[in-house]
Amino acid sequence: MGTLERTPLHRFHSDMGAKMVPFAGYEMPVQYPMGVMKEHLHTRARAGLFDVSHMGQVLLSGSSWEAVALAFEALVPADVLGLQDGRQRYGFFTNDAGGIEDDLMFARRGDSLFVVINAACKEADIALMRNNLPSGITLTVMEDRGLLALQGPVAGHVIATLDPKAEAMRFMDVAELSLSGHTVWASRSGYTGEDGFEISVPSDEAEALARRLVNDADVAPIGLGARDSLRLEAGLCLYGNDIDATTDPISAGLGWAIQKTRRAGGARAGGFPGAEAIFAVLDQGPAQKRVGLRPVGRAPMRQGVPLFAMEAGADQIGAITSGGFGPSVEAPVAMGYVGVDHAQAGTTLWGEVRGKRMGVEVVALPFVPAQFKR
Amino acid sequence: MKFTEEHEWLRQEGDEIIVGITIHAAEQLGDVVFVELPDEGTTVSKDDEVVVIESVKAASDILAPIDGEITEVNSTLSDNPGAVNEDPQGEAWFFKMTASDPSQMDEFMDEAAYQAFIA
Repeated sequence: MGTLERTPLHRFHSDMGAKMVPFAGYEMPVQYPMGVMKEHLHTRARAGLFDVSHMGQVLLSGSSWEAVALAFEALVPADVLGLQDGRQRYGFFTNDAGGIEDDLMFARRGDSLFVVINAACKEADIALMRNNLPSGITLTVMEDRGLLALQGPVAGHVIATLDPKAEAMRFMDVAELSLSGHTVWASRSGYTGEDGFEISVPSDEAEALARRLVNDADVAPIGLGARDSLRLEAGLCLYGNDIDATTDPISAGLGWAIQKTRRAGGARAGGFPGAEAIFAVLDQGPAQKRVGLRPVGRAPMRQGVPLFAMEAGADQIGAITSGGFGPSVEAPVAMGYVGVDHAQAGTTLWGEVRGKRMGVEVVALPFVPAQFKR
Repeated sequence: MKFTEEHEWLRQEGDEIIVGITIHAAEQLGDVVFVELPDEGTTVSKDDEVVVIESVKAASDILAPIDGEITEVNSTLSDNPGAVNEDPQGEAWFFKMTASDPSQMDEFMDEAAYQAFIA
């Protein structure tokens, strides 16, 4: 793994006994000695600490909040201008065909915008922003910051013990906190469906903070394996699997992230890449939809499993984009795209695994109810 | 007990050979969540895929270590696949088979050789 980059927590992972794997150009912990299943369940029961320092952190600044927000709105079909200071939203970069180039979180910090982007997309995203943002907007890649996530029902208590200011934060609030002497940018959000925080911390303080957090008996370090099963149960998209440059946000079930003001008839309608294509899908309805899927048997159905309407016959009507075993559901779970005629919850479809068709039921997402502190 | 390079163990018991996966293999697989067993009475050739194991990470196969016939499968694994992680070289055997050419057993490793193989 010689050419891989390391996060500021590399020594921490090693000390915790992590099994490291290459992921998006980084050497990352896929699991610790606890194992994927127990790490998953620990996060849902107590609190899990994740290293997400491989993700990109970017700060956009300009002459005013309005200048920054409107510049970003030219790339992202979300209401950025209406974002209150100290609040965060989910969004995505779109392309001219209405596909998703990357999904992201953006937060308002005063007159600046703090953007967190996926590791595998960060170079392309930064190029996209550099090439398209007007000259008055300054883009700073925060190379000197790590990113931790603390997720689970006890996460709020753990963070509030270190800084009581965290107590008042609600889902998608962002604030500067002081955690055992470390000044961090925290948001009350995550990728597990649980309450929790994502914490941007200076790289040279990340390890000390991680060690302080796992010092709490309720906190265990959690690897990428459980991160994936947690987000899958929460019905959250993985960029590259469930959404990509060829999927539009409406088919993906992410239309909620395009606020009214950016839609046809809104005050700042359109003006982002692919607006016409996305409005056409909104208008006519998508041909396919992302749905939750519950295999009837015990065999997991993973990414790429073709879906059929019937037990026999060549009429493929969709495919699984993410799938595996859901430790909290105690059964296999999956997501995929199916033709709208087959997208109704309760519909039985057939997934072909190792040449055999096995029943799979369309179900509502998420598989595990969200526990956000609203 | 004999060991294969595919991380299976084989134990002779009368005319039958009991087959499972090693502790090392179970650790590498991670938490097992699904096991698909062959039908009893199936005739198999060496390297046929006879068992599917799915862990939280991925799907993998167990190959028939030798030519023969599957005489019994451990159906408790279908309902309790996690047993593969708990006791892979004991309770969580996968199947029993007869050997059509017992000399095929000769090539396998003993425990010391297997420990050296995975070291």
